[in-house]
This record gives sequence, C-alpha cells and structure tokens, in this order.
Amino acid sequence: MSSASRSTALLRAPVLLTMILFMVLPMGVAVVYSFLTNGAYGGVKLPFTTAAYLKLLVQEDLDGKLGFSPAYLIILWRSVLLAGLTVIISIIIGLPLAWYIACAAPAKRGRLLLLVTLPFWINTLIRTYCWVLILRDEGLVNQSLRRMGLIDGHIQFLYNDVAILLGMVYTYLPFMVLPIFAVLERLNGDIIEASHDLYADRWTTFRRMVWPIAMPGTIAGSLLVFAPALGSFLAPDLLGGGKRLMIGSLIQLQFSSSRNWPFGSALATVVSIGILLALFLVVRKNFDKVLGR
Amino acid sequence: MSNKPFDWRATPGLGGFSLIVFLFLYAPLLVIVIYSFNVGRQATVWEGFSFDWYARVFSNRDMGVALRNSLIVAAASMALSTTLAVTAALSMRRGASGAGGKLTLGLILLPLVVPEIVVAVATLVFFSGIGLKLGLGNLIIAHTVFCVPFAFLPIQARLADMGSAVEDAGRDLYSDEWQVFRRVTLPLLMPAILSGAMLAFASSLDDFLISMLLADAGQTTLPVYIYGMLRLGVSPEVNAVSTLLLGSSVLIVLVALRLQRMSKAK
Repeated sequence: MSSASRSTALLRAPVLLTMILFMVLPMGVAVVYSFLTNGAYGGVKLPFTTAAYLKLLVQEDLDGKLGFSPAYLIILWRSVLLAGLTVIISIIIGLPLAWYIACAAPAKRGRLLLLVTLPFWINTLIRTYCWVLILRDEGLVNQSLRRMGLIDGHIQFLYNDVAILLGMVYTYLPFMVLPIFAVLERLNGDIIEASHDLYADRWTTFRRMVWPIAMPGTIAGSLLVFAPALGSFLAPDLLGGGKRLMIGSLIQLQFSSSRNWPFGSALATVVSIGILLALFLVVRKNFDKVLGR
Repeated sequence: MSNKPFDWRATPGLGGFSLIVFLFLYAPLLVIVIYSFNVGRQATVWEGFSFDWYARVFSNRDMGVALRNSLIVAAASMALSTTLAVTAALSMRRGASGAGGKLTLGLILLPLVVPEIVVAVATLVFFSGIGLKLGLGNLIIAHTVFCVPFAFLPIQARLADMGSAVEDAGRDLYSDEWQVFRRVTLPLLMPAILSGAMLAFASSLDDFLISMLLADAGQTTLPVYIYGMLRLGVSPEVNAVSTLLLGSSVLIVLVALRLQRMSKAK
C-alpha cells in the first residue's frame, strides 16, 4: 500500500506545485505588494505601509488634509450591488430553464444542455461586444425603432447600469443553469407524483419538493456567477463606457493609466478575501452535493 | 404514463419561456455574424452581402501576428495543462478523500472561482517581482494555470465511471503497472483526454483579461488585438474577425463534447 500512496504523491506533485507556485504564491505576492509604497513609474518600493488600504477610505483634499471620502467605497458597493443583482436575475431565468431541461426527454436534454454550455466557450469580449452593436446609438434597436417611426433621433441604451447588468447576465447565465441542472437531474420523479397525489398544487410541490433539492445547486451557481461578476471588467468597460466604474475596471486602471500597483493589489486582495470567505463559509457543503459526492 | 391526467414534467408556459431565453443567448451572436458579411463601412446598416471584410482580415499583418501568438499560447498551455490534469486525475483514482486529495482538488478548481482580474493582477505582480521575462512564456504559464480545471474535469469524470475491472484483468495476465497504464488505461482514457485538451485550448483562446494585463509589446493575442480595434470604434472588420474566432471556438468545443459523449458510450 505504501508504494500506491507514493505513486499517488508522485502523480499529485506536478499539479500541486504548479497551482501553488503560479496561483497561490502570486496571490500572496499581491497581498505583500498591497502593503508597499507606490513606485513613481508603476511598480513598488519600500517601506511597508497601509496607505493603499487607507486610500479606500480617506483622500487628501486640496489643502493636503486627509478626510473621509466615500468615492472608492461607492464603487465597491456598486460592484457588490450589480453582481448581486446579476445573481438574482440569473436565478430567476436559470431556475425555470434548468427545470425545463431536467424535465425534457433524454435525447432533447443533451441538446438543450449543449445550447446552454456553448456560449460559455465563446470569447467574453465578443459576447459583450455584440451588445454594443445592438444597443449603440446607430445600433440595431435604435434603427428598428426609427424605421417603425417610434422615435426620431436615438435613445441612449448604452453607458448605464442597466446595460452593464444586461451584459453580465448574458455572460454568466450558463454558470447558474449548469449547477442547478446537475442537482435537478438526480430528482426522483416519484416524490413529485406522490406530492401531486396528496393534492399539492404546483407551487406547493415546488416549494416543498423541488426547491430543497435545487437549493444547493442554486447556491453553487450563485457563487459561480457572483465571483466573476464582481471582478467583471468588460461589461463596465464596453457597455458602461468605462465611466461607470466597477471594482474590476478600477483595478485594471491601477495597472494602466493610474499606475498605482499597491492600490490595485489592495483592491484585488479585498475582492479575493470576500470571495474566499463566501467559498469556505457558505458553499463548501453545497458544492459536494452538486458534484455528487 | 399516457392515461395520467397530470404530467408534472410539463409546466405550462415553460417551453415558451425557455425558447425566449435561448433566443436571448444566441440572437446577439447572430447579429455579429450577419453584419460581418455587410458591404458597407457602417457596421450596423445593411447594404449588401460581401466577403470583403474577411479578405481585409486575412491581409492584416498585425492581426496575423496576434493570431499566431494566440495559437502558440493556446497550444502550449493546452499541452501543459492536459499533462498536469491527467496526472492529477490518476492520483485521484481512489477518490479525493483525505486532506491531501481535498486540497489538491480545491487548488485545481480554484481558478474557476477567483475572478480573472485577480488572477491577472496577482500573476502580473508576481512575474514582475521575480523579474520573469520569457516573452510568450509568461502568457503560457498564466494560461496553463487557468486551463487545468477545464482539462481536468472531463478526464476525472471518465476515470470515475470507468471502474478497474479491465485493468485488473490486465494485471491477472501478468502485465506490469506501466504496461497496464500504457495498453489499457490510456487507450480507454484517450477520448476524455482529447476532450479535456480541446476544452483547455478553447478556454485559452477565450481569455482576454489576463492576456491584456500580462502581454508586452509584440505579445498581443487575438482577443487583445480585437479589443484594441474596438477602442477605435465599431467596424465591419471587427465583426469579421470576431465571427472567425467565434466559429473556431464553437467548432472546437462541439468536437470536444462529441468525444466526451463517445467515451461515455463505450
């Protein structure tokens, strides 16, 4: 048995090493960078400081005095709010869709599942860009409305929170449908029949029979949607016009035009801590159920 | 079944609802494809059918370089991540029980829950901190990491429902462990490995954010190049190259999923 456990360790070593060296360690380095001083042309220098985290809360005013400034907190809050709304809308669309797929005949089920999965593999940039084509001032919607004589000029659909929200729901919806489907697929039809035989209506059956089974999938899906939505860059950038910032675009700015690596690292650290907390505290048990363990 | 008056599988209105959702998922993509064949300079005013923009795309040298970079990075990170995924899946043959197994599984799946921007930033500061400058090598390392879970999942699923009866038969016939792996396990696993490899390739081709933050001059990948074009405004050329990228992703994934289904059917 010891030779078996040694071969297990040998097989495991390469992937463990890669993930620790190029995923966990870099995240650790980012945490260290967040406590360093901002270098003049990007990069960092000593000494250690908590300035980057303080920047989240306070800013120098014109006289050089430090005062509380909610500007960055508002961006953080907006990001959490938009990501949360994305989760809620995805549940409202994803839960019935997952149920529909789970109820379909096996052959059709495979095809429907493929249709849900496929967009996931298409470049997010392209999937966000297509909404620019549709919503912009000279876009498809405005042209159609003009042709129907409903409007004269154009309505601005882009560059607001609704457009960002639309882009995020469009991008992350598959992440919600798949885990919910994974648990509903294992649903035993007999209990639904039994529930009906005992005179429960559809709503009661859903609430008492389907929902308890769908819940772990929904929670897993919520995290899979919330995490990337919170750090979303393309939706706020292309559909929000880069002016309605979310934390993802704010982080990206620190590594391009703003050149403040410690602040960018601090923001990334805040996002990671939030998501890791959610992962460890809330959903670990639910993921086990989704993976069928 | 047929004499039952109540069919719980059919919820009224749900078919229509699902149809609308699928339209929502696919119609916008169709818009890009259709307008990529448009004659006019105006990206969204239909003026007639042509392949002009595709010709323009294929004669664009910078775009060719970006495509070459994308393919090199995708192929290399596919090979690396699939190798890692195969060894990892084999190590979990007897389940991911125990602290070590759980930790390994958690680490493999980590890129799925950490937002891309965080991975991008962490990798950027790490590479700059240790002064790693391998050109496209930097991109390949970063892509390999987030491709591992996509390569891993189909391979592990196949191993989980393969059972060990055939391999035991091999051992009974006096094959050593290497022969069993080479002649029995690997061939049975091959469709799943190919499927995982193609999914890894597709997800590398998909990536935009990590490449954008990490790529130096001359290392631009295709999505980063497209993003640069978009900054200059909507153009039919963007539609054409997007359609090409979209088409190849769809093709790769369809083949990968078909392979996966074949490996299950066996």
